[in-house]
Amino acid sequence: MLHIESLRKTLPGSPPRVLFDGLDLRVAAGECVAIVGESGSGKSTLLNCIAGLEPVDAGRIALGEARIDGRDDDALARLRRQHFGFVFQAFHILPHLSLLQNVALPLWLLGRADGEAAAAARAMLERVGLGARADDAPQQLSGGEMQRVAIARALVHRPALVLADEPTGNLDPGRAADVLDLLLGQVRENGAAGVLVTHSRIAARRADRVLELGVGGLRDITGLT
Amino acid sequence: MKPTLRRVFLASLLRRRLATALSLLAIALGVALGLAVQLIHAAALDEFGRGVRLLSGSADLQLVGPREGFDEAIYPLLAGRPEVADASPLLEVEARLPGREDTLTVLGVDIFRIAAVQPALLPRAEVGADVGAGRSLLALEPDRLFLSEAARDALSTPAVDSDGRPLPPALAEGRLALQSGVRSHRLRVAGSLPGSSAALAVMDIGAAQQLFGRIGVLSRVDLALREGVTPQAAIAALSPLLPPGVSLREPEAAATEVGTLSRAYRVNLTMLAAIALLTGGFLVFSTQLLSVARRRREFALLRALGLERGELMRGLLAEGAAVGLGGGLGGVVLGHLLAGAAFRLVGADLGAGFFDGLSPQLSFDPVLAAAYLLLGVAAGVAGTWLPAREAARAAPAQALRAGASERSGLLQPRRRGPAALAAGGLAALACLLPPVYGIPLGGYAAVVLVLFAAVAALPALARALLPLLGRGRSALWRLAHARLSATPGQAVVAGAGVIASVALATAMSIMVSSFRVSVDDWLGQLLPADLYVRASSAAASGYLDAQAVARIAALDGVADIGTTRLVNLRLSDEEPVFSVLSRVVGGGWGLPLIAGSKEVPAGAALPPVWVSEAAADRHRLALGDRFELPIGGRMEGFVVAGIWRDYARQYGAAVLSAHDYVRLTGDTRINDVAVRVAPGHELSAVAERVRALFGPEHVRIALPGEIRAATLEIFDRTFLITYLMEAVAVVIGLFGIATTFAALSTTRQGEFGMLRHLGLTRGEIGRLIALEGAITAALGVVAGLLAGGAIGWVLIEVINRQSFHWSMDLAVPWRPLALFALTLVALAALVARLAGARAMRRSAVLAVKADW
Ligand SMILES: Nc1ncnc2c1ncn2[C@@H]1O[C@H](COP(=O)(O)OP(=O)(O)OP(=O)(O)O)[C@@H](O)[C@H]1O
Ligand SMILES: [Mg+2]
Repeated sequence: MLHIESLRKTLPGSPPRVLFDGLDLRVAAGECVAIVGESGSGKSTLLNCIAGLEPVDAGRIALGEARIDGRDDDALARLRRQHFGFVFQAFHILPHLSLLQNVALPLWLLGRADGEAAAAARAMLERVGLGARADDAPQQLSGGEMQRVAIARALVHRPALVLADEPTGNLDPGRAADVLDLLLGQVRENGAAGVLVTHSRIAARRADRVLELGVGGLRDITGLT
Repeated sequence: MKPTLRRVFLASLLRRRLATALSLLAIALGVALGLAVQLIHAAALDEFGRGVRLLSGSADLQLVGPREGFDEAIYPLLAGRPEVADASPLLEVEARLPGREDTLTVLGVDIFRIAAVQPALLPRAEVGADVGAGRSLLALEPDRLFLSEAARDALSTPAVDSDGRPLPPALAEGRLALQSGVRSHRLRVAGSLPGSSAALAVMDIGAAQQLFGRIGVLSRVDLALREGVTPQAAIAALSPLLPPGVSLREPEAAATEVGTLSRAYRVNLTMLAAIALLTGGFLVFSTQLLSVARRRREFALLRALGLERGELMRGLLAEGAAVGLGGGLGGVVLGHLLAGAAFRLVGADLGAGFFDGLSPQLSFDPVLAAAYLLLGVAAGVAGTWLPAREAARAAPAQALRAGASERSGLLQPRRRGPAALAAGGLAALACLLPPVYGIPLGGYAAVVLVLFAAVAALPALARALLPLLGRGRSALWRLAHARLSATPGQAVVAGAGVIASVALATAMSIMVSSFRVSVDDWLGQLLPADLYVRASSAAASGYLDAQAVARIAALDGVADIGTTRLVNLRLSDEEPVFSVLSRVVGGGWGLPLIAGSKEVPAGAALPPVWVSEAAADRHRLALGDRFELPIGGRMEGFVVAGIWRDYARQYGAAVLSAHDYVRLTGDTRINDVAVRVAPGHELSAVAERVRALFGPEHVRIALPGEIRAATLEIFDRTFLITYLMEAVAVVIGLFGIATTFAALSTTRQGEFGMLRHLGLTRGEIGRLIALEGAITAALGVVAGLLAGGAIGWVLIEVINRQSFHWSMDLAVPWRPLALFALTLVALAALVARLAGARAMRRSAVLAVKADW
């Protein structure tokens, strides 16, 4: 599904600093990989490169048949609304939409009819265990509940790839485990590919593979933690 | 506190430069407009007061009456009274310069009397000998005239006639022509008036009476009282001797009378300035509210680190005060510039304004400037008060938790429906209040209440109207719709400025259009003839006598004539100007009646009078009432036979039939002759014959079309200033949209970043913001149009009726209003998008980072 070859990213500056070079990564449909690494090693940057939100210096990124690198801004935006799902550390649930509308947002962007969007969003909220609160406003939710809404939003339009950057960074350990289980379970259930960035090696262990990011690229450390 | 104040609070103003600058500008505009109105008026009154003091010299009391003067028999009576030490009679005439637009103020004085009472008018003969005290009899020669330096300068410069053709100076080789009736008289300039700075001429009173056909008439007597007699005592003792329509007043009262006459105008302008200042304060409110919402976490952190509640509050108020201070300073400077510019413009506009003798000087009044500066600071602090209190009350722990921005809630205004209804009801009640000292305070209160009701009703209006718009399928539309439905507070903060400006613009344009249509209609009714002949304006020395009128009537091609005599009476000290028109009523000579009829009720005991709306209002007259006027030196009773519309004389006017007027006064002079041309004759040929009859320099001939065009042109010029103020209001309204969306684009960066992740292009984000701006403005425009319609009604039915006493027919300019509304919505979309540009510039990656 996701296919990255000899990717290089340098940071501007004098002298330019190489974040990573010769990075290869393949993630199959239905597979979840976790990426760990030191702070500042470039994990978030890598996710942004995959999403086409940051330019790369060399190498290629493809999602299925579609090349990510080298497209213009608007084409990337259209690609993202179709094939990507995102989970952020800071949730980014829109306060002026109900939970149902927040989840339906990606379907709106795809131009789906109201009824269809609402039905799909409601089903998705059921799957993350918030079906009963579909029409509530986000203000009353706890952090863990907000992240569940975000997970529903990331999956509702059945994207091919779900990217999550520290999805549990703002949650306490108990909640974090629940949310992570939910995220991975739902990604697998959708048959999507998942890339998860996390600081916590314990969290990382729940993924199918654990990769460590360094200047030379990704090193498989599954089972070593 | 000091470094915190500087780094946290004042520095924040610099970070949001656009919002700060716009708030500052709005406050500056409000302060400047208010101050300019005050400065202009103070300077003009000051100058007028100086002129009055100069001219009245050491007079303790003045005897004044109608503009045309009063019987001189009263003069020896007063002069012989024990209370009076000295009395000096005067005849004041606005002498027309033949063939010119200008007039010269000529004072006929008794040379032997003025030395004691008005030394400033003492003439000095050319040869250098003092003429006063009878040492030379030069001043008594009938064709001699003494000119002040200002008048000599003005008359010695080349002029232009009414068609813009150059004319030689009026004063040449020491001679000057003045018009009386339809004849010119050449006078010799015998000397100067060293004591007078105004532009005027002095001559012997007997000669002046003779020259201007005013034998036996005085227009003023200045009195010096004997030592120990107070003016009040003298007024009490002498008043019973006076004929009706003539009264004694202290010279200073003249300035008060002028102040009274211009009060309504002054108050109207001040109200407009106050609304500008209010809008400025409101802009501070909305920018501070948004900035406080954005900095909630910053404040929470500072509070957690030990900043006291009071310090936070004071810091925020200091921000508002700083904006107010900046705006106030700018406003004080701008106000002086505006007043200066107005003096220059008015001077240039009047062209020959020197004959008014007023050249007002702009002076810096530190107390006034400080007061307006404080007003600016007050607007800034008041605008910050609510947001600051809100910020100081917030619990820091809540705001610091993750996901706080989702939990913090949105700008949710409290439910104000009942408040809006109450304000609307109060506004209706306020319209019923009578004016206070001629000022429609109730009407102004109604305007403010209607504005308040419209702003308070905006959330409810949004809730009612948004569902009607439908959801549509476009994601942008749905997002904008959802956002505005969920945050009516945003609509209020951004849209209130739009409401205020649209309401004002709508109200003014409805009022102006109704007024213009009514004036046009009125002129049509008032001017039924083919051409009009006059010797000068009614205030000046040209007139047509019975013989001249008969000669016009006898001209070849003249089918019918109608005559008008216009005189101004003095009813009382409170009603110093009242116009009486004597004319033919009936026979197709127009009178725009709104009640009664032109027919005289048969067998009535009293002669009929047709009063203007203003006269009916001011004197509480209805059809059939008895109305007394001081005419021909007596009080004469009339019965009200009709009420007519008059847009020319807001202090009141009455029409008498020419027959009655001549019978009661013996005055056969005529100011205007209306001519109907017989079929088959050319207008221009008849006009030529009239000119040839009296000499073209002695008469002015106008066609109704010209009078109408000239009147409407003056009308449009008068209202130009209101269009300018409307434009300012609209710009300030758009400021509201700009500041709100600039602030929101910062608060909502996370949202826009997330949407970019979800696949919205930069262009779509821009369109989303523009759409929100357009919908917000559209809501404001709808509320503003409704409020503007209500305010327009208040302007027409309450404020105009009470301040100027005239009614008008409602004429709503639908098309311009619709165009205006659509333009404003489009502009708002543009402004919102420009102000929100920052939201699109910021990288999506940075924007979604775990908050700050
Ligand atoms: N816009 C930028 N301009 C310059 N340098 C940047 C920019 N964004 C990130 N960096 C640098 O790139 C490096 C990698 O940043 P990145 O956010 O990818 O790290 P990370 O691995 O996600 O770290 P963490 O675990 O702390 O989130 C850091 O050294 C950071 O300072
Ligand atoms: Mg990171």
